Amino acid sequence: MRVRRHRPDDGRAPAAPAPGDASASPSRPVLAGRLGRNRPGLAGGLARLFAGKVDETTFEALEDLLVAADVGLASTGRILAALRDAVRTGAVAPTPEALVAGLRAEIVAGFAGEDRSLQRAAAPPSVWLLVGVNGVGKTTTVGKLAARESADGRRVVVAAGDTFRAAAGDQLASWAERCGATLVRGAYGADPSSVVFDAVEHAAARGADLVLADSAGRLHTKTNLMDELRKVRRVADRPPGRVSEVLLVIDATTGQNGLAQAREFTNTVGVTGIVLTKLDGTAKGGIVLAIHDELGLPIKLVGIGEGPDDLVAFDPDDFAAALTGV
Amino acid sequence: MFESLTDRFDEIFTRLRGRGRLSEADLSAALREIRVALLEGDVNLEVVRELVESIRARASLAELDKSFTPAQQVIKIVNEELTAILGGEPLRITYAPKPPTVVLLVGLQGSGKTSAAAKLARWFVEQGRHPLLVAADLQRPAAVEQLRVLGRQVGAAVFSEPTDPVSVARRGVAEAIRVGRDVVVIDTAGRVSVDTGLMDEVAAVARATSPRYTFLVLDAMTGQDAVATAVAFHGALPLDGAILTKLDGDARGGAALSVAKVVGRPIAFVSTGERPADFETFRPDRMAGRNLGMGDVLSLVERAEQSLDGDATGRTMERIRRGRFTLEDFHEQLQQMKRLGPLSGIVGMLPGLPKEMRNAAVDEGSITRIEAVIRSMTPGERNDPAIINGSRRTRIATGSGTRPADVNDLVNRFKEMQKLMRSSGMMAQAHPGGRRQKRKGGRVTPASR
Repeated sequence: MRVRRHRPDDGRAPAAPAPGDASASPSRPVLAGRLGRNRPGLAGGLARLFAGKVDETTFEALEDLLVAADVGLASTGRILAALRDAVRTGAVAPTPEALVAGLRAEIVAGFAGEDRSLQRAAAPPSVWLLVGVNGVGKTTTVGKLAARESADGRRVVVAAGDTFRAAAGDQLASWAERCGATLVRGAYGADPSSVVFDAVEHAAARGADLVLADSAGRLHTKTNLMDELRKVRRVADRPPGRVSEVLLVIDATTGQNGLAQAREFTNTVGVTGIVLTKLDGTAKGGIVLAIHDELGLPIKLVGIGEGPDDLVAFDPDDFAAALTGV
Repeated sequence: MFESLTDRFDEIFTRLRGRGRLSEADLSAALREIRVALLEGDVNLEVVRELVESIRARASLAELDKSFTPAQQVIKIVNEELTAILGGEPLRITYAPKPPTVVLLVGLQGSGKTSAAAKLARWFVEQGRHPLLVAADLQRPAAVEQLRVLGRQVGAAVFSEPTDPVSVARRGVAEAIRVGRDVVVIDTAGRVSVDTGLMDEVAAVARATSPRYTFLVLDAMTGQDAVATAVAFHGALPLDGAILTKLDGDARGGAALSVAKVVGRPIAFVSTGERPADFETFRPDRMAGRNLGMGDVLSLVERAEQSLDGDATGRTMERIRRGRFTLEDFHEQLQQMKRLGPLSGIVGMLPGLPKEMRNAAVDEGSITRIEAVIRSMTPGERNDPAIINGSRRTRIATGSGTRPADVNDLVNRFKEMQKLMRSSGMMAQAHPGGRRQKRKGGRVTPASR
């Protein structure tokens, strides 16, 4: 098991800056500002929306808007039913502008009263495990979290729990190097549980605050791989470690399959929160709304680029605004 | 891949099958269901709209052909519409008159470009070509290293240098010429289509290398956004086709339909698993047939030919034809199926398989249990499960680490399977004289087959 402590200024040039809004402050790039320009929108549908009076075609246009954002038919139906009620009772005025505002409010209301903060164990080290299907951005998110937590003064150990993907360890090493986190990795094809276990032991021995455990991407339909993940979580949760977050990474471009992913991963390892990635593209990530509806999983983080600062807390208002992008 | 769309259509058309005539209301109801099924399957909203209208128009005008029921005609129309969208004829790769043939892979982050590049190189090797992989993704940490490792696995050399993507690509092609490689596969960095700088960059890569084929690598689980992305990339490049990845999951793959329709380019290849060999050319007629529950037997036969023990299969098929298919044979077939690769990919290919069986079989865990139970039986019990009484059941259960109820369950399911095989005509009736049962009607076969 190789353990490498990386010093922050190794003299290596940082990776190319992520595409982004240069005017936003690094600590909190504004989500809606970043996304606004990416929304070509359903031009025809929205024009219909603002044609004047509210009738069935307005609601059809709203349905199209939500379905096109991958919200899915079930959640769309629920939201629009609530909106119709609001119009009927007079809570929302029968104008297109009021309807859109009402729609946003309805979406935001669904997220009220939730604790979306990242949980830490009572005694360090906390373990945060990142899971998800292939290609969603787990490794990059681990890297960003390592950067963030290190910048906040925490001692971070990164576990290269993806022992399957070629050069996954190298990818993570590059991130760890940049922020001064310790990387614990194993040989190619090693048992991921043992890598995570070693990272936890190492963290405990050195008094580190946090273990960030990456895992290999896996399709939720593969029973043997899901069994492997269950074991990883079990092992990571053994003292001295305490798994306080199991973050399911969901790609914003994902369609309705995201629901199946969320269900299966929750059943297997008990997901505590969602990270929605790649929201800097054209996709709206509406699938997390459906996931939240059905499973109640809090959306904790949003990824908006490939750079270390491109990770923000989920904000329901920003999300609703970008989703309805009128 | 398209299994769940298939299930929905099964339900819709089972309801329609009984009817002699299709009323306007029936048709509308069926079309509503089709719309829901397609949207749930991630087909783009606009594409669904056009498809449904197209089907409605054709179904209304269709003259009642007495040899098909109305339901069969609707199925036929839907099948034809889907096949037409998916591209009709499969894309045949042709090679540049003056080598090398350059293939450029582009797409969003995480779509599977690097894996696809290696698999594509391996595919070219199988075709007797000598590909060079060019690692032009200089953005993602360790992307070049990843391609190098994969290149070693598939037996293709990898070229890269730490300059810039356009230079790497250009010099990669020059290198291929220098060392006599006839195919170049270029992997590029993932990029979002709204990043104009990166879109300009990939256009520059294309200009520098004049690819014969530019493929958009598309994740099968992509939702409504697939069209926006494809249109943007097509506008910048243009595209010659798409490669659909991660088809071994249960994503319904509607993105494929959308992209093919809107961009007007075919799906060229599909990636169906994590092994380098899990990569094949896309066959539109088969995929559309899968949508409608008609199975993809041809793909299965090809895969089987490549991987199976032909003698063992031949023996089993012969036994089946003669009306004998025992648990022993079933166990043998499970072993063979394991060799074919991820189960879900194969089971989806079996035609007319009832949804319950399809879903049950896909759980690879239950396959292991089934195998254990069969192995705990004596040869006599495998030959004739009727002799399994209470005490035998208990013994089998104990030996396999299951419960007597599980043993019962397996035997019953197996009997069901035998029944199905007989009624489909696959297997002769178990008559002493070996008389063959006439194939029953009711299996829908579109005229195009």
